[in-house]
Amino acid sequence: MRRIKSAKDLEQWKATILKKQGTHEMVVSVCGGTGCQAYDCQKVKMTLQKELGRHGLTKRVALKVTGCPGFCERGPLVTIYPQNIFYQKVTPEDVPEIVSKTIQNGTKVERLLFEDSRNKQKITSASEIPFYRPQMRLLLSRNDLIDPNRIEDYIAIGGYQSLVKALFQMDPDGIIEEIKASGLRGRGGAGYPTGKKWEECKRESGTTKYVICNCDEGDPGAFMDRALMEGNPHSVLEGMLIGAYAIGADHGFIYIRHEYPLAYKNAEIAIQQAKRAGLLGQNILGSGFNFEVEITKGGGAFVCGESTALIASIEGRVGEPRSKQIRTVKQGLWRKPTTLNNVETWANVPLIIEKGSQWFSSIGTEKSKGTKIFSLVGKVKNTGLVEVPMGITLKEIIYDIGGGQQDGRKIKAVQTGGPSGGCIPASLFDLPVDFDSLTEVGSMMGSGGMIVMDEGTCMVDVAKYFVHFLEEESCGKCLPCREGLKRMGQILDRITEGNGNEESLLLLEELAQVVGDTSLCGLGKTASNPVLSALRYFRPEFEAHIRQKRCPAGVCTPLIQYSISEDCTGCGACAKICPTQAIEGEKKKIHRILVEFCSKCGSCKEVCKEEAVIVQ
Amino acid sequence: MDLKPVDLIVDKYQEKRTALISILHDVQDKYKYLPEEALRMVASRLRMDINEIYGVATFYKSFSLVPKGKHSITLCMGTACHVRGGPKILRELKSVLHIEPGQTTSDRQFSLNVVNCLGVCAIGPVMMVDKRFYGEMSPLRARKIIETINKKRSGVES
Repeated sequence: MRRIKSAKDLEQWKATILKKQGTHEMVVSVCGGTGCQAYDCQKVKMTLQKELGRHGLTKRVALKVTGCPGFCERGPLVTIYPQNIFYQKVTPEDVPEIVSKTIQNGTKVERLLFEDSRNKQKITSASEIPFYRPQMRLLLSRNDLIDPNRIEDYIAIGGYQSLVKALFQMDPDGIIEEIKASGLRGRGGAGYPTGKKWEECKRESGTTKYVICNCDEGDPGAFMDRALMEGNPHSVLEGMLIGAYAIGADHGFIYIRHEYPLAYKNAEIAIQQAKRAGLLGQNILGSGFNFEVEITKGGGAFVCGESTALIASIEGRVGEPRSKQIRTVKQGLWRKPTTLNNVETWANVPLIIEKGSQWFSSIGTEKSKGTKIFSLVGKVKNTGLVEVPMGITLKEIIYDIGGGQQDGRKIKAVQTGGPSGGCIPASLFDLPVDFDSLTEVGSMMGSGGMIVMDEGTCMVDVAKYFVHFLEEESCGKCLPCREGLKRMGQILDRITEGNGNEESLLLLEELAQVVGDTSLCGLGKTASNPVLSALRYFRPEFEAHIRQKRCPAGVCTPLIQYSISEDCTGCGACAKICPTQAIEGEKKKIHRILVEFCSKCGSCKEVCKEEAVIVQ
Repeated sequence: MDLKPVDLIVDKYQEKRTALISILHDVQDKYKYLPEEALRMVASRLRMDINEIYGVATFYKSFSLVPKGKHSITLCMGTACHVRGGPKILRELKSVLHIEPGQTTSDRQFSLNVVNCLGVCAIGPVMMVDKRFYGEMSPLRARKIIETINKKRSGVES
């Protein structure tokens, strides 16, 4: 790797890389994200390597392991360029055919192409697949093109050119003006205007300032930041470099949760490479600007996603938040002015500097600009990461991109904003997705988790799940959050066990209000949202649990019973699998569940081919 | 107990207090838990009070002050995994292993942990066994994975 000392050096380096890349006739890229790893993508990659070698193709065909292209559910994913052939659910056994047919002869392997379930047509290129077509993948599209462990790949697609522009064609005030004009708002959840935050931090006196990248993506059901950090860590570094230059910081931290080992590894490699290339360190590109970045690992505490708790954690202390009377832009890390932004926010910065604020602000709605990445998961057909312009409706995301319901059960709600957000009922799916409209209906955009729920999801159980989650994660510093959540959890436990009464709901609402009003930090202040939104839109479900002692979705175990219908063919599969021997019956005759022994594990339902096991 | 590795870990982080959590992670990777002697050593090297280190070690969920089993079973309890049947898998794992989350089997083979989100939500419910991810879990598959590990072990021993 060469050491870059000036903008001209970088230009030359890019030209050399492009020339070298030009010698390859084809590129085979394999997704190496955590999702595809669960499907053994490494084996696919190794088999590809072996097969390409066996056919003597390694000089003509480049093999690339990329970050996550988003369509995790269909992994492992393999794309062949320049033909742009998108193969899904690829196994090592498929590889010889891919090499002999597609790479050597240019024909497609039909069975590996995506099939549109609506018209049974095979689709060759990813961009034509209904999951991708409505998306606007400004950030994620770059994940498809680069190996995150090769800085050369990022340089080749124009990486670090925005840094050059910022250092040599703009001044710090100009950069801040540009970010302000773009309308970029924090992607971590609160939606605070990024440019304004930078301006406030720059205004502070003192020579020591810090920038922090928050990659403590704690919201359950959200993994956008993981995908960006794993797939394109240099874009985050470039954003941090530009931000640090603008506010006058020379030191930065990336806080990565320890549940993301691959993100940690890729970020660390990226920092080492950027250092060796001279893009981090002293006198970057000969501009006189110095900047270093360190990574800090989280310890599995959800509250550390909160800025002041995160800062305490970087300082090596217990991650308890503090009151924000004095904001972190004034007194943050070691009481020095600190700018803390989320991964996706930082990743947007180079794009804005490159293409201009006007371009960025032309995307999205009046108050929410640009694109947002959502993790579309839960009970929906196509799951994965989707990047869409702000203002797109929930319906478009869930039905057009997500393909609608998963297994015959109607979709009834979507949960956004993680434990700080709420459940939005299907009747409001025409709502445009931006910071303000989601807050208006009692939820919030949050970091971008979108968990789809269908008729098999019990909303009381979901409310209980979030309350217990937050009860567990409450740091315990302030009383309303520590005690209030515990009591709310107890009430919800009673309701789901069939021991709730009419007063339970009133008390629950009252407690929720108090916890929200009086807690110290964002965790407690928003902790009531899941409960209040569930009560607001799904009250009849709560009432069914209380009045009829019934769980309409068939989820709350104390309120449900398993039985076998007349559809039973007596195959005996259920009796064989039952861990408590609670099923009896003769071969070829209808079987019976002995309620007193049934542990309600659901194994029988899982193995029954006749769908004869009923939950009531 | 050989505490040389602790020394090396603290050296690697240049005795920085900021690296405390990373240091504890590395110590835990080495010993499979945080032994008291190791924590005392970290405290003296970082010139911190042992109480402070104890506070940090018990605040963060990733750390354990008791020895962990040979295989770590981590079940994701994120929202996406929850609505797709995560709790059923937890029930199954508890009944197969006869332990609660956070505990280790008496033969020191398995530790069961639950985490809030592994970030592999698209293919939930997700379970991680010794750093390997398994997607689209069902109670049945979970049980089979444990059985396979047990079988392998008895195969090696016999």
